Amino acid sequence: MNNRNIVLFIGGLTFGFGLAWGGMSKPEVVLSFLQLKDYGLVLLMGAATVTTFVAINIVPRFVKEPLLGGEFKPRTRTLNRNTIIGAIIFGLGWGLSGQCPGSALASLGIGNLPVLIGIAAMFAGSYAMGRFFG
Amino acid sequence: MFPLGIWPYIIGGLIIGVGVSFVYILTGIHSTQSSLFSTTMSYFSKIPYFQRKTYLDSREWRLYFAAGVILGAVIYTLTVSPDGWWTTSVQPWRLVIGGLLVGFGTRLSSGCTSGHGISGIASLSTTSLFAVITFILFGIISAQIVTFLGVVP
Repeated sequence: MNNRNIVLFIGGLTFGFGLAWGGMSKPEVVLSFLQLKDYGLVLLMGAATVTTFVAINIVPRFVKEPLLGGEFKPRTRTLNRNTIIGAIIFGLGWGLSGQCPGSALASLGIGNLPVLIGIAAMFAGSYAMGRFFG
Repeated sequence: MFPLGIWPYIIGGLIIGVGVSFVYILTGIHSTQSSLFSTTMSYFSKIPYFQRKTYLDSREWRLYFAAGVILGAVIYTLTVSPDGWWTTSVQPWRLVIGGLLVGFGTRLSSGCTSGHGISGIASLSTTSLFAVITFILFGIISAQIVTFLGVVP
């Protein structure tokens, strides 16, 4: 296990702990946002985004490059039809099941074994996208 | 608006942000979630879509990251969770069909709630902003239809 993988593992531990703390490991909590009963998901995403904003936009002013090497580069993607069509399909599945990729992994961690079939389906859906539309 | 209070959400979000920031400051990597499904597929499928360089370069750390996410939630459950082990009452058919759509859609869109939502918006990417608005809007539409049809939870 090299240093980079250790960092990613620790980052993952933190991410999963935070998801569980914020309740998003439960599809029911995600659904309560999409059913417009509890707007907590906006607070969680907002708090996570503001913190990450500091790391991406402010920290590089004081630290020249990542401490283990590599480079600081904001995450950019080109906007095209697939970005939006994909987001529509993702949204429909998200609202149907209350699962997204990260929350499904954390859900497994709180003992929610049925989510394994959801994760398997996500692999299958990703495979179908790459196989037939990639 | 917040029947369970605001603090679990704010604290949870801050912890997530610290995890993502920790990885970024040390490695420059955007630790996002949904690419895991296609990068892992590169171990099994030889088709060019999955054998692209960015997938081969990131497939190993994505597995460590995903293992961390699962174990982080295990640690939460064993330490501070008020609930202990927990199981959803969302029906299996919804997990399967929803999972297929989530897997397909996030790959087509190149991002999910963490990639477009956290890292993308924190990078001030307008592409991600449009993606987030779109999937939240259609997530709400989808959840409303499900509720309207009398399916709970």
